[in-house]
Amino acid sequence: MNSVVCISHVPDTEARIKIAGAKVDEAGLKFIVSPYDEFALEEAIRVKEKSGGDVTVVTFGPDRAQQALREALARGATKAIHVKGESGDADALGIAKVLAATIKSVPHDLVFFGKQGVGTDNGLVGPMVAELLGYPQVNVVTKLEVGDGRITAHREIEAAEEVLEAPLPAVVTAQKGLNEPRYASLKGIMAAKKVAIDTKSIADLGLDEGDVLRQRVVVVSLELPPEKSGGRKIDGADANAAAQEILNYIRSEAKAL
Amino acid sequence: MAGVLVFAEIKDGKLKKASREALTIGRKLAEAAGGELSAFASDAAAAEEAGRYGAKKVYVAGVGAYSTESYTAALAEAVSQAQPAVVLFAGTSDGRDLAPRVAARLNVGVASDVDRLEWTDGKLRARRPVYSGKAFATVEVTGTPAIATTRPNAFPAEEAGGGAAEVVNLATPAENRVKLVETHTPEAGEMSLAEADIIVSGGRGLKEAQNFSYIRDLAHAIGGAVGASRATVDAGWIDHQHQVGQTGRVVSPTLYIAAGVSGAIQHLAGMSSSKHIVAINKDPEAPIFRIADLGIVGDLFQILPALTEEVKKAKAH
Repeated sequence: MNSVVCISHVPDTEARIKIAGAKVDEAGLKFIVSPYDEFALEEAIRVKEKSGGDVTVVTFGPDRAQQALREALARGATKAIHVKGESGDADALGIAKVLAATIKSVPHDLVFFGKQGVGTDNGLVGPMVAELLGYPQVNVVTKLEVGDGRITAHREIEAAEEVLEAPLPAVVTAQKGLNEPRYASLKGIMAAKKVAIDTKSIADLGLDEGDVLRQRVVVVSLELPPEKSGGRKIDGADANAAAQEILNYIRSEAKAL
Repeated sequence: MAGVLVFAEIKDGKLKKASREALTIGRKLAEAAGGELSAFASDAAAAEEAGRYGAKKVYVAGVGAYSTESYTAALAEAVSQAQPAVVLFAGTSDGRDLAPRVAARLNVGVASDVDRLEWTDGKLRARRPVYSGKAFATVEVTGTPAIATTRPNAFPAEEAGGGAAEVVNLATPAENRVKLVETHTPEAGEMSLAEADIIVSGGRGLKEAQNFSYIRDLAHAIGGAVGASRATVDAGWIDHQHQVGQTGRVVSPTLYIAAGVSGAIQHLAGMSSSKHIVAINKDPEAPIFRIADLGIVGDLFQILPALTEEVKKAKAH
């Protein structure tokens, strides 16, 4: 059972965002493997541990994105492909085209994504890749069982869960709760250093760079939200008085009752 | 013609609230663009309600319950017949599953989870939160059609008073490879975070898992959904479905009540666009107070039960 895991390298979720022009200012920003991608990677490693095969991690991004691949190799991925390019200049469909072409070049049964990249928060690339490859997809997965040529996956929907069955190859996007991602061991980190990362360009994949980087969704401006100045703050030592105060607020100002 | 097509989702025989919101903003865009509003639905029964929201036509395919592949094919067919300038999906689970798939088939982009939309100079312009609301991007969607998913609760749902929309039947597309085995529904009374108008959230100040009952009781009394901070989810006190913030759900309800939530940057990012925020915390320096409209410095174990009682009394009247 071979898996491909597509990962992205994103600003740390703890980071404060600064803006330069219509982009996030990357200076001094710490980058991490996008949190949902960690669940995707962990699941693929578990599948490999159970049924053998390879876990190939793929990323499309600038030089710094190689760190994400090293991290994934240290945790247990067996192969890595880095498609170099300014992924920040592409939109989701451009990224999906690069990843779909890369996935085609590797033997695979399962293709994993995080349910969204943290930061851009699009949640588009996984289903777009599924469409480009003509595969079935199960999105926002909280539980996965891999059988003979099929998967059974639990998909989170509004306050409920669907249990779905799909034939392989298929695309799965991981939700938090799918598993508990492991940390890299020292042995894993050392072993990861010996794995050669396969580096490709967009042109190597037979794609037209102009089309990949053509923005169908153009960021015109990027702004920080207006600072909210806190409202009233009152002492709640008298619980009943505080409850009354809240109720009045809910009724007269929020008009939510 | 510069029309707008909206994916109208049906639940229990009615249009979902998020779809009514998408139809409403769709109608405004269609007016601005000088085109017609139409809808796609899985059942002709949606024609009357969609008409009230301004849709002139409803494209219907007998695709049954939601499944990615048949809906993608049916929607692509509706697009090819309606030739809209804009296609909108409500940002529900199904809308977010379907929009990117349809977009890839049509070789166009998607603006996800938008909270503002306008038609200017022949283009769709959208605002969308990024970094879970730590920043807002204004984007222009250049493809035809331009596709966007709308954030639930960000747009009003307003009827336009039109008659039933004309039904246009589409061929039923081929079968799905993905089969629905079963649906697990939660306990009665549980409400989804995304569409909730009121959210009551608990944080580490609850001290232990069983104390989420304080949050649930108030949520139940007030008719809202239960939210949670990341710390409580990571501690296993409550399921991840309830998590608000950067690795959970980004929400914008009318009323957000946070109890025992200190207000880590990730949490604030996920809820600061709520219209009215009430915070209860015993620490007067808690960051949550910086964004709360009404802050109560006090003991949630005393205040929440008192508030739950007050709400019950108020509702009984």
